[in-house]
Amino acid sequence: MPLRTSAAVLAGKTARVASRMRGGGSALPGLVAEKVDPQFLRHTLSQVTGGIVVVSGTNGKTTTTKMLVALLRAHGRTVFTNPTGSNFTRGVVSSMLPQIGPSGRLDADLAVLELDEAHALKFAATVRPTHALLLNVARDQLDRFAEIDHTARLLAGLARHTTDGVVLNLDDDFVARIADDEGDRLTVRYFGVHASIADRLPELREQDVRFGEPFTPPTPGPDDGLLRPRDERAFDIVFGECAVGPVTLQQRGLAAMINATAATTTARLLLGDAFSAQTAADALALVRPPFGRGEVVMVGGQPLELVLVKNPAGFTVALGTYGSSPVATMIAVNDNDADGRDVSWLYDVSFESLRERGVAWTSGIRAYDIALRLEYDEVPVAHVEPELTAALDAFTAAHPDEPKRIFCTYTAMMALRRTLAARHDLPDFGEEG
Amino acid sequence: MSKGVIRVVHLYPREMSIYGDLGNTRALAARIRRHGYQAEVVGHDPGDPFPDDPHLLLGGGGQDSGQLRVEEDLDRNADRLRTLAADGVPMLMICGMYQLFGNAFITVEGTRLPGLGILDVTTQGNRTRMIGPVVLDTEFGDVVGYENHSGSTTLGPGQAPFGRVRAGYGNNPDDGTEGARTANVVGSYLHGPILPANPRLADALIGYAAERATGEPFRPEVLDDGLADEARGRQVRRLTGVARNGRREAWSRPWRRGERRAG
Repeated sequence: MPLRTSAAVLAGKTARVASRMRGGGSALPGLVAEKVDPQFLRHTLSQVTGGIVVVSGTNGKTTTTKMLVALLRAHGRTVFTNPTGSNFTRGVVSSMLPQIGPSGRLDADLAVLELDEAHALKFAATVRPTHALLLNVARDQLDRFAEIDHTARLLAGLARHTTDGVVLNLDDDFVARIADDEGDRLTVRYFGVHASIADRLPELREQDVRFGEPFTPPTPGPDDGLLRPRDERAFDIVFGECAVGPVTLQQRGLAAMINATAATTTARLLLGDAFSAQTAADALALVRPPFGRGEVVMVGGQPLELVLVKNPAGFTVALGTYGSSPVATMIAVNDNDADGRDVSWLYDVSFESLRERGVAWTSGIRAYDIALRLEYDEVPVAHVEPELTAALDAFTAAHPDEPKRIFCTYTAMMALRRTLAARHDLPDFGEEG
Repeated sequence: MSKGVIRVVHLYPREMSIYGDLGNTRALAARIRRHGYQAEVVGHDPGDPFPDDPHLLLGGGGQDSGQLRVEEDLDRNADRLRTLAADGVPMLMICGMYQLFGNAFITVEGTRLPGLGILDVTTQGNRTRMIGPVVLDTEFGDVVGYENHSGSTTLGPGQAPFGRVRAGYGNNPDDGTEGARTANVVGSYLHGPILPANPRLADALIGYAAERATGEPFRPEVLDDGLADEARGRQVRRLTGVARNGRREAWSRPWRRGERRAG
């Protein structure tokens, strides 16, 4: 390792201790290390010989990365990942620092990194990934990426920088199309849903109107993983004649099952003959939901579920997942930068599944806008309270003896989680993106 | 008993309805019903025969690629649309469709793409986007929404704007105008979507449409718009920093960065 990189490790570690003491964010140490050695990432990751895998796409990055890491570790691999979910390149550098000695050696067979679309491309320009898992393209954080087409181009760019293989979403035209350009050069694997649940696809995807002719996805082969649910909780991942399963996740919902399918297809590509279906099913069953993705907090002996919503596809899937078991519901919508400042997308979600039970409270900076949106879907709203803590207190007090659920945007969730942590002694958590 | 059937035509719902613009259609249909009329919503796709006797037309924003797909169809129906507009048919055209209803769109590279010319506006492609929440002064009162466009639009001489900008950019970074209005055709950059939070605008469009559909004056019901008024009022206060009693609120907010007030 060059001297400069060693200096970067030391400077970064110092900054990490300093920022811990301040209780500060997870990207600062990485910023310091990058300043000292701009090639820090490249130097350190060049020692990882078993593969550098980037997970990107709009929805499900954190969950899928967590599952893929669990699958690889269950098969005996040492994996470096960016577990705080601070999914920018600086976050990657920050999370490396505690795992490398002063000599600069990163102890890992593989690296699995969660990166958002724009940062994934930047990362790939510095370090070429061996593999990329591309999940989906949906409207999210439009302030930053402006348009879906642009996001699709970012993912195609990431595939172009990848050296060995890509795993693509068969059911997302934007993503599946990437094989047209890169299929000759790379190993291509697909994940998708089995024909038996194809009717649920429209709610999961954006329309690709870039081309006149509709896209015909390829026919899945024996190395492509297809999700086949058995019931609301248990499912199989089918590879031609073989299957992984039954798998039952701790996290509920179709989205999580699809993420598991994506992670398993990728793990199978990376592990080759070493892949074991039984080991995989066991490993998936043990993955705890990442913070805010169906996390359950016990409040007064009753479960309170926090569900992060950030775009139409995600919100629609979340409602579909939970609609079958109606509980007391609150919806909290903020419009800070991290939430996306434009709340127009709420009109691309159908809230009809909440009509019967109604919504007890709406809250957040845009509490009245979400209440108005619900009114247009004839969903009764009992109370509107923009102030989050006041709404949380009133909501929990009004429904003491039953399970509760709060759908919330990112900064609303962070605020609610902080209040709940202060009162209910929750474990420490990392801020995720 | 229904007071009459109002036919709402949504132009290119597949290609041109990004950022919740479908919410405008939903809001119109719901309000038409609440006012005691029957709503008939027709989606018009490229290549379809143009619907007979529309009472109200709606169009939204799209990806650049979506925009290309509809231009041919617009061209084919240009005379029909111009006649309807001149005849007083109410139309609401948002973002991409607003640009296409203008004289021309000039790309960053300088290529001139002709529009329908129903609104006397010209849009110049830009490398920087104008993004953020907006507050307008309009003949329909305060209007709030969210803009996200890279085109910079200039009004022709004598072309009335839809509103004056109190917070945000509007047509361009310079003259404080937003959108355009000719006869009952309103063009605007505002998503939000614009109609749910601004029911006075929605009801004005419905009123023109009702008269056209029934040949009689609009007979509205009194509707409870408490949630819309509160949602809009809060946006006006936080974005303009002016409390209802006229005092400036003391705190400054991060989203004020980069915003400008009309002169």
